[in-house]
Amino acid sequence: MITHPRTDELAESVRLWIDEIRPTLDPRNAFLARVAANAMATIARELMQGPAAEASAVAGMAAVLGHDGTFAELNSELCARIRAGELTVETPGLLTALAAIARNQIAIDQPSYKPEGTPAA
Amino acid sequence: MELDVRAALEKLARRLGGEGAKLTEAGRLSGGASMETWAFAFEAPGGAERLILRRRSAPFDEETARSVSLATEAKLIQATGANGARVPQVRHVCDEADGLGEAYVMVRVDGETLGKKIVSDPRFDAVRPGLARQCGESLVAIHRTPPPPGLNLKAVDGTAELDRYEEVYRATRAERPILELAFQYLRKHVPAPVEPVLLHGDFRNGNIMFDPQAGVAAILDWELAHIGDPAEDMGWICTNSWRFGRPDRPVGGFGEYEDLLAGYASAGGRRIELSRVRFWQMLGSLRWGVMCLTMYLSWRDGITKSVERPMIGRRVSETEADLVVLLEEGL
Repeated sequence: MITHPRTDELAESVRLWIDEIRPTLDPRNAFLARVAANAMATIARELMQGPAAEASAVAGMAAVLGHDGTFAELNSELCARIRAGELTVETPGLLTALAAIARNQIAIDQPSYKPEGTPAA
Repeated sequence: MELDVRAALEKLARRLGGEGAKLTEAGRLSGGASMETWAFAFEAPGGAERLILRRRSAPFDEETARSVSLATEAKLIQATGANGARVPQVRHVCDEADGLGEAYVMVRVDGETLGKKIVSDPRFDAVRPGLARQCGESLVAIHRTPPPPGLNLKAVDGTAELDRYEEVYRATRAERPILELAFQYLRKHVPAPVEPVLLHGDFRNGNIMFDPQAGVAAILDWELAHIGDPAEDMGWICTNSWRFGRPDRPVGGFGEYEDLLAGYASAGGRRIELSRVRFWQMLGSLRWGVMCLTMYLSWRDGITKSVERPMIGRRVSETEADLVVLLEEGL
């Protein structure tokens, strides 16, 4: 992809502009503008971190399922086998793999979120 | 056409305060997509009043499909208040003459509802250590209130709730392994049935008005009231999505499990096992995750257009991050 600018930089420029005009908006639109700025930040993070997160998820799911596949294939099969009761919280490696996937996803979606179990700062 | 709420409030002021009543304040408070809350005040020969209007501004959608009518909400506030619960005083239930649609009016209660402030603002430092206990005590007055007759409240238990949310989840066609695992795990750990009671149904930090001196001032937002397991109301306030950045304090981001349970017992509530609360807490995270999915879908399917909705869809991962830890810890 071209680099002048990169897509994440485009997203970042839109986010900065939204933040700039936010103080001029009525309360409802100011709130929605904050949400929109957050959406742009999420897009930028996904562009930067998404490929590595997906590769890691694919590796983690493949290890649990014992074969390779695309993200969509492995994710579907994982869901189906959990639903069928073939994979449970007792399955070795399952929770560890799911925890890593969840960590990478929250780092994209909401990096400031402190999940259950986070100790006091 | 957008209803002129301000004009309707001027008329309502005269209805409540008499012919000389004059509206002195009217402003919309931040509210949801389908429910509006307005603060208003009037001066009248008989005295000034500071009030809150709650009105439905959009037809029901998935998000609100479980909710009770505002008239029912008003009856529940009156019934629980008469039974000693800390709730606002209902001043007036609106009818057609008011031109406000489905709505009712409460006497304004001062205090703070923003969850983030309750958990971190120094103004609440002094009362914060006692809040979890007060929440436990407050729930007893609600749970002991006989449901007013004729309201047709829904009855729900653990299995029914799992069935309901699994059906909603399947309908979204999303594939999320952690949600799948949470459904399977919770189905194996449904607690034994208990005698059902009246529940607030949305008892969490954000729906409770707190006073910096007195603590719990009023329990608000009754639209999800129903009949069920008392531990459901306790588990929901312990769900991490409502701890506002303080996961180390399980009750609302401000208190401890033991204090919530001790407050409940000391006010005469029945003894409740922590594992039962944790079941409902985990189901709370799962339920919020499924709700986030449906809010995204309401945008994708063109029912609502707000940018808020797809972004809430990205909050599913917060519930997954919480659920995976709860699955590791067990109930």
